[in-house]
Amino acid sequence: MVLEAKNISFRYGKDTKQILEDFSLTVESHERVGIVAPSGFGKTTFCKILAGYEQPDGGEVLLDGRPLGSYGKYCPVQMIWQHPEQVVNPRLRMREVLKEGDEIEDYVIEGLGIEEDWKNRFPGEISGGEMQRFCIARALGKRTRFLLADEISTMLDLITQSQIWSFLVEEVEKREIGLLAVSHSMPLLESVCTRICKLD
Amino acid sequence: MKRLNGRMATVFLFGLAVLFLAGVTVAGWYFGEEALTTDFSRKNLEPCGQYIFGTDWLGRDMFIRTLTGLSVSIRIGLLAAGVSSVLALLLGILAATMGKTVDAVITWVIDLVLGIPHILLLILISYALGKGFKGVVIGVSLTHWTSLARVIRGEVMQLKEALYIRTAQKLGVSKFEIAWKHMLPHLFPQFLVGLILTFPHAILHEASITFLGFGLPPEQPAIGIILSESMKYLAMGRWWLALFPGLFLVFTVALFDVAGESLRRLLDPNSAHR
Repeated sequence: MVLEAKNISFRYGKDTKQILEDFSLTVESHERVGIVAPSGFGKTTFCKILAGYEQPDGGEVLLDGRPLGSYGKYCPVQMIWQHPEQVVNPRLRMREVLKEGDEIEDYVIEGLGIEEDWKNRFPGEISGGEMQRFCIARALGKRTRFLLADEISTMLDLITQSQIWSFLVEEVEKREIGLLAVSHSMPLLESVCTRICKLD
Repeated sequence: MKRLNGRMATVFLFGLAVLFLAGVTVAGWYFGEEALTTDFSRKNLEPCGQYIFGTDWLGRDMFIRTLTGLSVSIRIGLLAAGVSSVLALLLGILAATMGKTVDAVITWVIDLVLGIPHILLLILISYALGKGFKGVVIGVSLTHWTSLARVIRGEVMQLKEALYIRTAQKLGVSKFEIAWKHMLPHLFPQFLVGLILTFPHAILHEASITFLGFGLPPEQPAIGIILSESMKYLAMGRWWLALFPGLFLVFTVALFDVAGESLRRLLDPNSAHR
């Protein structure tokens, strides 16, 4: 499958800075593309557009030539956010959070180092790094075809980072999920990605 | 004894308020018959050991009449506050989720109802429905839903934009499940507190329109009736006829307020440090 962003233009409301102008990018299923750009460049905004959270002012996002909306309720392009605490309902136990995903398999949960005991807790009772693992697992549902990882490991220590990334790379390779990784860390992207796209 | 911490003290206060109100309601029910019993051998007695609130010009025990009146008030309050809170919940959710036109209409109705003085609208509705129990309950219900509906509408609008709800939508979670699992747990505390804080208003308004003669019928021992009848006897120096029922009405209303406030503090995690 191919995920295409064609001539995307975007800004948040009138009289604000033009964030993206005529931006195009193509990611294929077997690729892992890294994006590096300075802060405020619109990396997160670009991910939000690719995953369908925002509609671009100009241009279009196509998955295998069809717009994202035509793929039914489950969006095949899933995004993992930089701040996991914003995408988890504070009043749901982590077990319920996992259930929202599309039939997450047990080996994914184990591979990400999620402990059985954590599932019974509320988001306020686990750390940011632990919560991020749940968010990653939730995004790895059966129907996910592309994964957008927006600074997903900035809050983790180096050992956990390498554990999570090596599992993620192995998983997307096995299932032919295309990966788009956003990070400030060049060495990380160099070891994870097959192609790096520098925007500056 | 160790001093209670803030949370324990709040739980204690809440429990005490609920216990008292439940006690009054049940006692009023139990003494319903006795409140109407007249006995001319004991009329116009000042408060004493046997009749702690005294007796009236027909020899009725004022303590029992006060209890029964409060019980009627609490029951009307419960019913009216329940109906108006459910109304607020429904209209608030509809306004926030059904699009701009519905929102505009509901917001307009809210402003309209808020714009007319409560007591005036209440008298009109109650009078048009033939007064009595039905008139009071419907009147109070239809005038007290507005501020809670506003709160609920705002809350749902904020929730709709929350990232975790938008993420759930992208994960294919159905609309019903989003409403049930994601939204309701956030709305419930607001709803419950709104419900309890509507009681005191409902009770006071019931008493005031009954006092003015647009509410409950005169044969019912309601606080409003007791107070308006006692007006004639105040000039004769029978102060106890108005003092005790009035005090207890204020006390009951204050207790509902205490219960609602403490419940809000228990349910709102952000209030822990205040």
